Amino acid sequence: MIAHAAWHVATVSATHPETPSARRIVLDIPDWPGNLAGQHVDVRLTAEDGYQASRSYSIASSGDAPSIELAVDRVASGEVSPYLVDDLMVGDQLEVRGPLGGWFVWRPDPAHRPVQLIAGGSGVVPIAAIVRAHRAALDVTPLRLLYAVRTPDDVFFRSELDREAADPGPTAVHVDYVFSRRAPDGAPRPAGRLTRELLGELVLPPQQNPLVFVCGSTPFVERVLGWLKELGHEVDDVRAERFGGA
Amino acid sequence: MALITRGFGSKTHGRDTRLPPGQTQVDDWPVLTAGATPEIAQEIWEFTVGTEDGKTVRWDWDSFRALGLEDFTVDIHCVTHWSRLGMPWRGVSLDRVFEHVETSYDFVMAHSYGGYTTNVPLEELLDGQAWIAFEADGEPLEAEHGGPARLVVPHLYFWKSAKWVQGLEMIAQDEPGFWEERGYSLHGDPWTEERYS
Repeated sequence: MIAHAAWHVATVSATHPETPSARRIVLDIPDWPGNLAGQHVDVRLTAEDGYQASRSYSIASSGDAPSIELAVDRVASGEVSPYLVDDLMVGDQLEVRGPLGGWFVWRPDPAHRPVQLIAGGSGVVPIAAIVRAHRAALDVTPLRLLYAVRTPDDVFFRSELDREAADPGPTAVHVDYVFSRRAPDGAPRPAGRLTRELLGELVLPPQQNPLVFVCGSTPFVERVLGWLKELGHEVDDVRAERFGGA
Repeated sequence: MALITRGFGSKTHGRDTRLPPGQTQVDDWPVLTAGATPEIAQEIWEFTVGTEDGKTVRWDWDSFRALGLEDFTVDIHCVTHWSRLGMPWRGVSLDRVFEHVETSYDFVMAHSYGGYTTNVPLEELLDGQAWIAFEADGEPLEAEHGGPARLVVPHLYFWKSAKWVQGLEMIAQDEPGFWEERGYSLHGDPWTEERYS
């Protein structure tokens, strides 16, 4: 997509808690070229002694505005995410390279090819960017989201996803949650891990030829891709984004 | 020069593995003393070890240093949360001193000119763990840092490394010294943060 993504100076303009372990961070980037829904950035931090660390984070926002929104989950043993979640303050500056990635992206689609989104944990971030872009464009492309998450407290973008679920209109995204550890009262199914059978029930069938996006930890994505294939989906077309080690 | 992100690195990265919990590395050498700084001339300086049978082994400046001066490089950790890493010293190992001492007691009270005391188990002073130091950073120890000679027990918080050390008294049971009587840990291991009693 963009051959020579540059480093940009980003200034924190807002933060707020996303979940008990995650935080949403808004970065103002005056020379940001804009980004598509689903893209990511490299974030680089430099300590006073010159030590640098950089990590990739998906962008939860899209469009031409000179700002981006991240949602960062704290990795207990990490050196970057605990800083971003616990220490970073409004007005602080860091460096951002991007936008990066040209495959795991979605644009409002005049052909209205149905879209199945599958998110595991904090893998929901670029998926949320797609949900938001879909709403911002008032696109009537059918979107369905399967969000596998530990407990209701761990849900990112809660209010925006609730709004989708409450909207009877044609642009609303259909959201299904699979809670692995604890389900809320009135949930359609008890807590439990995602299975192939559940995946088959909750995703658009192969006959609809959905464009499938999967984002989560590497084991989550690998498991889902295997099941999609067994369920008859054309997996060569699936857009997958993995994070963490193998 | 890359943009520096405020606050990054202070606790999230690069923490030297030689730094015990709760410590911050410093490059200078802060001075912390309970009272006035005594001035002890080399001519009157002596070092003694008193044992249970009432004997006192005694050295003067020259005879003590003749036990064997050696260079050693250690990390020091003050209970007030600073540490200095890789600090060069010169002194006499207590292993050399105890070659001349007969005792069955397991505990030591260090005594300083000026009256300061601190307690250390004998086994934590032997086997290359403690010295009577005369130089630090390549210079004779200044009076404010405990000169002309101080105890150095680097694996314990630095209040154990008595400045202006005058001698060691063998004791049968562990007893609190000056700071230990005032709320500090009897032992003082920086790695388990034995700061206070």
